[in-house]
Amino acid sequence: MQYIPNILFAIALAVGLGFFVMNIRKLSRNIKLGKDVDRKDRKSERLKNMIMIALGQSKMVKRPFSGFLHIIVYVGFIIINIEVLEIIIDGLFGTHRVFQGIIGDAFYGFLIGTFEILAALVFVTVIIFWTRRNVANIKRFLSKEMKGWPKKDGNLILYFEMVLMTLFLVMNASDAPFQEAGVGNPISQFFVPLFEGFTPENLHIIERTAWWIHILGILVFLNYLYYSKHLHILLAFPNTYFANLNPKGQFNNLESVTNEVKLMMDPSADPYATPAEGAEDEVPEKFGASDVTDLNWVQLLNAYTCTECGRCTSSCPANLTGKKLSPRKIMMDTRDRLEEVGRNIDANKGEFKDDGKQLLNDYISPEELWACTSCNACVEECPVNIDPLSIIMDMRRYLVMEQSAAPQELNMMMTNIENNGAPWQYNQQDRLNWVNEE
Amino acid sequence: MIVPTMADMMAQGKQPEVLFWVGAAGSYDDKAKKISRAFVKILHQANVDFAVLGTEESSTGDAAKRAGNEFLFQMQAMMNIEVLNAYEVKKIVTCDPHSFNTLKNEYPSLGGKYEVYHHTQFIQDLIKEGKLKINDTTLKGKRLTFHDPCYLGRANEVYESPRDLIRKLGVNLTEMKRHKSTALCCGAGGAQMFKDAEAGDKEVNILRTEDALETKPQIIATGCPYCKTMMTDGITFKEKSAEVEVKDIAELIAEANNL
Repeated sequence: MQYIPNILFAIALAVGLGFFVMNIRKLSRNIKLGKDVDRKDRKSERLKNMIMIALGQSKMVKRPFSGFLHIIVYVGFIIINIEVLEIIIDGLFGTHRVFQGIIGDAFYGFLIGTFEILAALVFVTVIIFWTRRNVANIKRFLSKEMKGWPKKDGNLILYFEMVLMTLFLVMNASDAPFQEAGVGNPISQFFVPLFEGFTPENLHIIERTAWWIHILGILVFLNYLYYSKHLHILLAFPNTYFANLNPKGQFNNLESVTNEVKLMMDPSADPYATPAEGAEDEVPEKFGASDVTDLNWVQLLNAYTCTECGRCTSSCPANLTGKKLSPRKIMMDTRDRLEEVGRNIDANKGEFKDDGKQLLNDYISPEELWACTSCNACVEECPVNIDPLSIIMDMRRYLVMEQSAAPQELNMMMTNIENNGAPWQYNQQDRLNWVNEE
Repeated sequence: MIVPTMADMMAQGKQPEVLFWVGAAGSYDDKAKKISRAFVKILHQANVDFAVLGTEESSTGDAAKRAGNEFLFQMQAMMNIEVLNAYEVKKIVTCDPHSFNTLKNEYPSLGGKYEVYHHTQFIQDLIKEGKLKINDTTLKGKRLTFHDPCYLGRANEVYESPRDLIRKLGVNLTEMKRHKSTALCCGAGGAQMFKDAEAGDKEVNILRTEDALETKPQIIATGCPYCKTMMTDGITFKEKSAEVEVKDIAELIAEANNL
């Protein structure tokens, strides 16, 4: 009988972690639906980016106020989680504060004391975050794409954190021996009066309850990640590692196009040559992207990493001037569509069944795509190096090369380039006239 | 004004040190042609051995690429690369950040590998090498703000070359709230120059012009022919043409040196 809590704990832990692993596998499968792109090069630069940007939060602090607050929650979250290790050992083996005996009262007190202070700081910061999202009129939290679930999701995460931090402090405050020892309780000591007059048994029940809800809450939160924008706490690391390292202005040259252009420009190529054996069966590659599976895996990883902070959108010239385009929405749409494709695969025994939908039109409209100035402000702003611009460009490529659906004026511009080597209708022979026009 | 072409040079058996890539705007657009002429005057003053392609130059394909037409871009790129390689061009300078970006970053994998400079970088080098001096008295004390072109700034992280030249002009540089990596686009990039904007509540160039006007400038300087057009239009819209000039840095240097 005395082992029942340990067994229950082991089951809860196994279920929690098992479910998490299952979700991570689904995540990884969905990301791999993307096309291949080589990001195995320049390893030391990649590592440096990951350390500076994800671990070191270097881009977060470009907006000092929210950046500073974010660091408090981030540091608090990581450090307080050391405590989870002790909780897991205690839970599995029926010990109580197992580290206290191992590392001694003084050091243990110092550690838990630090966690308590961080927990209090995180709590206050999370309240500020909640106020910023719900009370202060901060434009980037009020955009159209933030209505409904995204808003609820953002708040839920904050409530989770408030509850977890409170439980951690209550758990410490109601732990009579811990309070008697009097080390490591800089915050929880102020909660002790709340429990005055409770019998030791009742106090113990409160302590146990807080302890259990705290660890179960952590397991639930871990599994909430996959359904939420909060995945960035994990994916920020691979995302910054695999991010583009080339100059931001350099857009990739489509290889499939290079091959065709070379063939067109090669005077010795025979257009009537019989295609190689089996070539008729090959499906010609699609130019550009109309659905998530046309994007590459880094773009899909980007979509899962986005935590919808909206710094991109708040710096986008198109969005700032009232156009429909929002780089954040591009990322959210990509993620939503990818999830839909993933669910479709799950429902159809591992095979995608055409659902008559795609990323283009059903999620992202051409109007949004054509409003982009390709200025890279969104890419520059993203605290975790997401590249919404590359998705916009790939979708424009599909519109133009597969559907000839460019705006009329752009078609004229392109015709001009084709005919006279300039986007305007001028005679190529007049190209040097500027020299004598003073 | 003497502007030799690569064909002339070749006929004389000469290989110029640097090719000036004029770009479509620099060749045909009235405001941009002034930039081309100002830059040529600077090249002459510094005795730079240069040439242009003239009628053999064609669009880099930047606008086509950003409009999504990768075919047209690569056709243009390959045609230009054929010409450039035939003339054994090693070094290119251009006043257009879009040409600069495309030639520098997007041509190499298609077979066009050159040393590419934006004119502000090139002029900076001329000064370092002692070939050019900027007169800092002509424009002394004028209030100036600099608009970072996206394809020079964020796209290629060239923020200091233009500012270094501006400081040498002796003007009073006041930065806009959004500058360098946070600079707002003028609204022309990504082929927007060639189409009407989507429905919204403002034009991008007006918003950027408002950024600039906050600094109460006498001069808005830039380093891109498209930015120059957009900002000039913005100033006209705001009815400030009498008080504020929009100029490329090359034009300002030519003016300072009485060229």
